Amino acid sequence: MNKIFSILIIILFSQFQLLNAIAASDGEVEISSKKSDGQKVVKDCFETVNRGIFAFNQGLDKALFKPLAKGYRKLPQPIRSGTSNALNNLGNVVTIPNNILQGQIKDASMNSLRFIINSTLGIAGIFDVASYYGIEKRDREDYGQTLGALGVGEGCYFVLPVLGPTTVRDSIGSLANVAGGDAWYNVTVANNTQYFNESDYYFTRVLSGVDFRAKNLEAFDSLENTSIDLYASIRSLYLQDRQRKIENIDQATETMSDEDWEEID
Amino acid sequence: MKILKLVLVIFVSFLSSNISLAKNPSDLINDIVNEASLILKSSDPVESKIIKLNDIAERSVDINGIGMYALGKHKKSMSEDEKTKYKKLFKSYFLKSFSSRLVDYTDPKINVVSQKKINEKYTIVNSILEATSKRPQVKIDWRIYTKNPDKPLIRDLIVEGLSLARTQKEEFNSVIQNNDGNLNSLFKTLEEFLIK
Repeated sequence: MNKIFSILIIILFSQFQLLNAIAASDGEVEISSKKSDGQKVVKDCFETVNRGIFAFNQGLDKALFKPLAKGYRKLPQPIRSGTSNALNNLGNVVTIPNNILQGQIKDASMNSLRFIINSTLGIAGIFDVASYYGIEKRDREDYGQTLGALGVGEGCYFVLPVLGPTTVRDSIGSLANVAGGDAWYNVTVANNTQYFNESDYYFTRVLSGVDFRAKNLEAFDSLENTSIDLYASIRSLYLQDRQRKIENIDQATETMSDEDWEEID
Repeated sequence: MKILKLVLVIFVSFLSSNISLAKNPSDLINDIVNEASLILKSSDPVESKIIKLNDIAERSVDINGIGMYALGKHKKSMSEDEKTKYKKLFKSYFLKSFSSRLVDYTDPKINVVSQKKINEKYTIVNSILEATSKRPQVKIDWRIYTKNPDKPLIRDLIVEGLSLARTQKEEFNSVIQNNDGNLNSLFKTLEEFLIK
């Protein structure tokens, strides 16, 4: 098992270096990204192409995801909460291994306990029984975050069709899901089981997107209406969010560098 | 003797009028949240609400400070004339985007939960925007500039860990950089936003 894991990590890292080398050849725009040890830059290597894909995604959002999210919003609150709970519960199958990889043993235990309780007593995660018993929800973790926690840099920032903003590191992290790191993917797509179909996986992925979009309808509209460069705003928000998640920061005081404000008096 | 008393009374009242009480940053947020809430849930026309909300912003937000922060490294290359023009433009831009962001909320319930003093100049106030049937609970932190303790001012809003001032800075930087570092491109974009 250890050997397989090591090979996987090596493959991931070599892919990362290759992608990074290719991507970095076109780097122009620098984005500041605060880290506890000072400022660093994240390059938007293919900005022209990225802006094109971003425009395509915006069109797709207007034509498909936004109307779907609006329709989803019309469902009764208990149905939406139940859906959201079930999707969150399913997310634990990726969070738990990443808790372990990051050495968060307590979080891994608590998430495992939550997963067991909610999957059984909570009927496939629809009801968050674990929270009722005082086992509170914890932050989600993914392989991109684990790579970040291990010290792997973001690499280039880019935008994927349909999936949206990402970095080289986060994309490689996502590949780990389909390389055996996501138990839900394994039982639906990777292996033939009599209980689940491939479509179940894709359905939950789309549903997660719609659920997220529905929760943020007003916030997205507001951002769109008040932004003078929406692409740059989304890029900034994405990178800030990833940084915060990788560093597992909960307090605003830890995320911000006062150096940023020093020159303003 | 009467004259002495009178002089004393006048002196004491003069003194007390000049003794200023430092305002607690949490109180500043509580005050403006309550004030904004009353405006937003009133039946006033939207235009009237916008005027009142802008008045709150002008009193409690360091608009010039945020404007200068948002310029980042580009502020060093600005002439005095450009700075004056930018400050005016940024203020209009800020107020327009601020009020249009808020005016859609009918009665947002924000509860201040704690505050943490970072240094003499900054305190972070932590608050929670209560969940509604449409969206989950949102954590909002406020960066308060406390250099003048009598008049604390908001310099940043950090929504779920995401700094709006930093986002603004990176957005402005993107506009300038994509126009070969030309500051006028930012002015033009801001002007276009204002007439939209």
